[in-house]
Amino acid sequence: MKRMSIEQLLGINKFAVDDDEAHIILKKDICAACMDKPCTFACPAGLYTEKDGEISFDYAGCLECGTCRTVCPKEGAISWQYPRGGFGINFRYG
Amino acid sequence: MEEEKFATIIVGAGPAGSTAAYLLAKEGLDVLLIEKGATPGSKNMFGGRMYSHALHKIIPNFWEEAPVERPVVKETITMMNGSRSVSMDFQEVKWGTPPYHSLTLLRADFDAWLAAKAEEAGAMVACGIRVDDLIRENGRVVGIQAGEDRMLADVVIAADGVNSLIAQKAGLGKKFSPKQVATGIKQVIQLSEETISQRFQLSGNQGAAQLFVGDCTKGMHGGGFLYTNKSSISLGLVVTAGALQHSQYKIIDLMEDFKENPHIAPLIEGGEIVEHSAHLVPEAGLNMMPQLFGDGILVAGDAAGFVLNLGYIVRGVDFAIASGEAAAKAVLAARANNNFSRQGLSTYQQLLKESFVMKELVAYRQAPQFMANPRMFTSYPQLVTGLMGKMFTVDGGPPVRLLGKVFSQIKQSKIGLTQLAVDGLKGARLL
Ligand SMILES: Cc1cc2nc3c(=O)[nH]c(=O)nc-3n(C[C@H](O)[C@H](O)[C@H](O)COP(=O)(O)OP(=O)(O)OC[C@H]3O[C@@H](n4cnc5c(N)ncnc54)[C@H](O)[C@@H]3O)c2cc1C
Ligand code: SF4
Ligand code: SF4
Repeated sequence: MKRMSIEQLLGINKFAVDDDEAHIILKKDICAACMDKPCTFACPAGLYTEKDGEISFDYAGCLECGTCRTVCPKEGAISWQYPRGGFGINFRYG
Repeated sequence: MEEEKFATIIVGAGPAGSTAAYLLAKEGLDVLLIEKGATPGSKNMFGGRMYSHALHKIIPNFWEEAPVERPVVKETITMMNGSRSVSMDFQEVKWGTPPYHSLTLLRADFDAWLAAKAEEAGAMVACGIRVDDLIRENGRVVGIQAGEDRMLADVVIAADGVNSLIAQKAGLGKKFSPKQVATGIKQVIQLSEETISQRFQLSGNQGAAQLFVGDCTKGMHGGGFLYTNKSSISLGLVVTAGALQHSQYKIIDLMEDFKENPHIAPLIEGGEIVEHSAHLVPEAGLNMMPQLFGDGILVAGDAAGFVLNLGYIVRGVDFAIASGEAAAKAVLAARANNNFSRQGLSTYQQLLKESFVMKELVAYRQAPQFMANPRMFTSYPQLVTGLMGKMFTVDGGPPVRLLGKVFSQIKQSKIGLTQLAVDGLKGARLL
């Protein structure tokens, strides 16, 4: 089976993206001081990426697992909640 | 706005919440089951099979109407190391007939069905609503807040899953550490029913379950899983968040590597990926259990850490169902005494103690620590696959008897004979 990029994989999923409210918000100044940036390895949707030491994040493809919130070593860097009711990932199989 | 008052409000329409709602509604109580997903099940995923006993007790022969996939009749444990793998198969044909021992499921369908059963029994099911907070009066939980809406109840049941924000808001649960949970990543791969039955040597609608340990997680604490559904395969990996915290590998790459692994690729060849999902598993059992009840509130299912992972068996859904049942019974007992305080709800603890939920979690209390032993994910898969490789390789070289092969392999594995004996004994004692 052909290897797929995470963009392709997320493209198969069904999301109802909440354009008005981000459910996960980063404090990038705290991230700047984070050495290992484990979120970039651990997020199963690959939503955390690092470029030139700066973190960028997109909440749109979030699978709502909660891994980032758990692995983040810096208190206060991630403000995490579930998307508003009805929004976010819609698993059709699960 | 006039505030509505219910006998019980249940947060989360997973197996725990829907079971509690079903049982309370059947007793004629005014029950509200609130789910943030657009439909029940739309936020839920798991590896793939449910052990039937707990639900069979509540809804006898549920499989006749529930959307289930295949009854599992074949279990395989596979150790992998590079080009080598060693598998152990177990088959029980009887499990393919009622009462099915375990059934593979897809949660979007199954959870929606179970919530519909609660609705049928008279519960009010409100989807697309995220509960944001609890309402308290004199320190007692008396309802929930969702956006602008406030709803009151004698009791709130937090059945909101592993990231239980509600149990935390109630002050019953603490934030867990990365060592206490694992990230599960899964893809559903569509294949025809016949292809699946042929590939896994299954007859009719029978199903297979397979667990993988070894280099699929690059030695990190965790493993792979595969479950056959009717016309799809659930394939995925589980890795402790603690290991991911210090990993050099991205979990999304591990998943793509896993599908390319020569021991997996032929099983899914020709399939089409139809979903990519992820979820946390509470792995630490009793060690991460919150307080199970407070004034006006109970905690059930994953929110309470009720998952048992023995490495060769992963169970959470039957625990969720049984704890939902215990929660419902505790609410009924509290109603009989008209006492919804902490003390009035304490029957919950007693009911759990008497059920398999606590009995098994207590019995296997030390399994999580044992399973965290890194040798499980590196040295042992190497040892076993290496040994089998030696046994079955014929290359015209000088003859070495089996015992010699075993010793040279153990030496190579650097585990040490004493360590091997200790691990073996420990495993036999704890698992
Ligand atoms: C990768 C993986 C593999 C697994 N494999 C198996 C397996 O093969 N067999 C097995 O038995 N178990 C397995 N489990 C465990 C099993 O999935 C769980 O134990 C089980 O789903 C727990 O049920 P629950 O009802 O407690 O919680 P959930 O099923 O998580 O349900 C919680 C519900 O609450 C809702 N919710 C959460 N917060 C709010 C809020 N604030 N407002 C409104 N709604 C809210 C959620 O949307 C969700 O619907 C696995 C788990 C994972 C992650
Ligand atoms: S792990 Fe936390 S602090 Fe570090 S980069 Fe990621 S979000 Fe920021
Ligand atoms: S919750 Fe899970 S999927 Fe969403 S951003 Fe965090 S790690 Fe990624």
